[in-house]
Amino acid sequence: MVRHFEQELQNLRSMLIKMGSIAEVSIERAIEAVLTQNRELAQSVIDDDNQINSYEIVIDNAIIDLLALQQPVASDLRLILAAAKINNDLERIGDHAVNLAESALNLSNKELPPAPVQDIIAMCTVTRKMLSDALDSFIHVDAVMGESVVLLDDTIDDFNRKLSKDLLDIMRSDPALIEQSLELVRVSKNLERVADLTTNIAEEVVFVAKAKVIKHHASQLSLEGSAS
Amino acid sequence: MKRTGYFLYRTSKNYFFYGMCVVGTLIALVPLYLILYHTLALGLPALNWNFFTQMPKPVGEPGGGLANAIAGTLILVGLGACIGLPVGILAGIYLSEFGNGIFGTIVRFLTDVLNGVPSIVTGVVAYTLIVIPTRHFSAYAGAVALGILMVPTITRTTEEMLRMVPTMYREAALALGISQWKMTLRIVVKTASGGIVTGIMLAIARIAGETAPLLFTALNNRFWHTTLDQPIASLTVFIYNYGVSPFEDWIAQAWAGALVLISLILILSIAMRFATRSKYQASSL
Amino acid sequence: MTDLKMKITTENVHAFFGTNEALKGISVSIPEHSVVAIIGPSGCGKSTFLRALNRMHETVPGGKITGTILLDGADIYAMDAVTVRKRVGMVFQKPNPFPTMSIFDNVAAGLTMNGIRDRKLVKEIVEESLHKAALWDEVKDNLGKSGVSLSGGQQQRLCIARSLAVNPEVILMDEPASALDPISTAKIEELIYELKPHYTIVIVTHNMQQAARVSDYTAFFYIGTLVEYGITKKIFTMPEKKQTEDYITGRFG
Repeated sequence: MVRHFEQELQNLRSMLIKMGSIAEVSIERAIEAVLTQNRELAQSVIDDDNQINSYEIVIDNAIIDLLALQQPVASDLRLILAAAKINNDLERIGDHAVNLAESALNLSNKELPPAPVQDIIAMCTVTRKMLSDALDSFIHVDAVMGESVVLLDDTIDDFNRKLSKDLLDIMRSDPALIEQSLELVRVSKNLERVADLTTNIAEEVVFVAKAKVIKHHASQLSLEGSAS
Repeated sequence: MKRTGYFLYRTSKNYFFYGMCVVGTLIALVPLYLILYHTLALGLPALNWNFFTQMPKPVGEPGGGLANAIAGTLILVGLGACIGLPVGILAGIYLSEFGNGIFGTIVRFLTDVLNGVPSIVTGVVAYTLIVIPTRHFSAYAGAVALGILMVPTITRTTEEMLRMVPTMYREAALALGISQWKMTLRIVVKTASGGIVTGIMLAIARIAGETAPLLFTALNNRFWHTTLDQPIASLTVFIYNYGVSPFEDWIAQAWAGALVLISLILILSIAMRFATRSKYQASSL
Repeated sequence: MTDLKMKITTENVHAFFGTNEALKGISVSIPEHSVVAIIGPSGCGKSTFLRALNRMHETVPGGKITGTILLDGADIYAMDAVTVRKRVGMVFQKPNPFPTMSIFDNVAAGLTMNGIRDRKLVKEIVEESLHKAALWDEVKDNLGKSGVSLSGGQQQRLCIARSLAVNPEVILMDEPASALDPISTAKIEELIYELKPHYTIVIVTHNMQQAARVSDYTAFFYIGTLVEYGITKKIFTMPEKKQTEDYITGRFG
């Protein structure tokens, strides 16, 4: 006899996983739209955002249900709290995908400087791997994989800094490329935010798996005068 | 434990009361022992095959038996039970299930009164009501008298045993859509059946040992009865007659009769317990 | 709720124990194939209300009901009480299998005592009922054992099987798990969830969390009056009346 509650938890997980894969695909397609300067692809990403938003509302409702009506404890409770936060993170990842798509639209008819584009391709590859791994770690509640995702965040930050500097140099040297360079700065920033959100997701997964809070380097934090 | 003076005082008080209880029990057991001893010692020698199969011999002749008396007692008790059991059990069911009002209280009171009426008075009543109009002593009259004597005991014990069945079984049965009378008979009475049987045995034991009412109704009969509207022999009346007679022979037979009477009741008790045993122990009874 | 079919409707029901008024004008509608939970502090009349629905209230001395109670639109007081109780079954707080009967006879009691003689049919119904009550696997080799030889949780499921054998349309449960340990309680709750598609269930419980877990609709009673009645999720997340909120959050009762 499968418990009714177990089934509801299973549904919640399935919905999150589905939402996650939609967000993953959106990011993928948005970046492709930027790199291939494809207007239709960019537009479709923007249009598909309400799918993600619908999932967010449905999942929120399911979480309220589970908390109010089932009084979960221990790992069930951690899962549901993590789900609420991951829900939020995925919705914002969707928003950043829309931002990237809008950048794609703005860049579609312009010449792209080749060096930064290579960096963006590399940055994008890492970001997509992070997102994919974070979602995988959620599916399998794999803390080790989650921790590995967290470690990759520094790489993305480095990429972002390098791109900002390089694009600034380009803007100084060739004013004709200012518009697209600024847009590419935005693209880099959005990718950096996506990586941050993905890191959050991975940290939530570690919380579910080990009941350990690793965010904000928690082991080094303590309030003035309180036991750590 | 500190062996203070007060402690010693308390323990000796304990032992004293314990001792009194034991002594009281032993004193209470003495009559029982005396009865059993005398009945067995004096009755067993006179017990032989003749006792069970032969009729009483004429005065002066030795030997003979009490076959007619044994049969007579069985018939009288059996007929009396046929009258007393239905009335008593049904009255007990009424009082337990429906008797919570004024009428029930009155019936209960009258039952207790009837219980206290001396059995000889019941015999006189049966004499007046049956023997006089029919103009002869009969087994019927004796059975009626004994039946009346049974009713109060059976009524009260049946009621008590039924009341002890928890309400939740009644409710469970009603909630299944079982009608009230079926619920009462097949669940409540069945659950209480052990206790009800005990009550029946008490009543039968009582009437099997009655003598006075039979003197007015069934009288006695030195011969085999042929119909039930004639006087009939009974062990108790024979014991009464033989016991105060001057013949040794007869006195011995009286003791044998007493032994047989006690044994009959014992066998009947065991048989009834065996026949109504439930495979499943009632958990709360 | 207005487009659902209502199995039971009560209109202005008052219940009395002699002159003592235990229920004051209760009007609720219980949708078919749903689970309705009745919660409230001790003495608020929830058990009294439940027992009015299958006409058990009148078996208590001085028990009286005024108002209308409709089962599928028909007044239950215009019907024979025995018929009502066959259609509306009840499971009690303390498990009460009949002590003189075996497990099989217990489940069959409602059938055999109502004149159903076909032994093959009875055997089928008993097996089916024990399956529905999730007890079959545990007792199938011991049907002849005494009903009271089972554990508390099993006895309660036996009582549920006994009620199911009569094929009721509604099952009333009066605090069915309050005498049981947590594992047995969870089994009973899971059972309620499985029975829901085939029956209409009304459950009285003093355990609010149980009401939240198990029911579709919840009614909150307080000193004989119905304070609030609605979809369970709404009652437990956004109750309309402050009294309801205070009770649910544990501020009184």
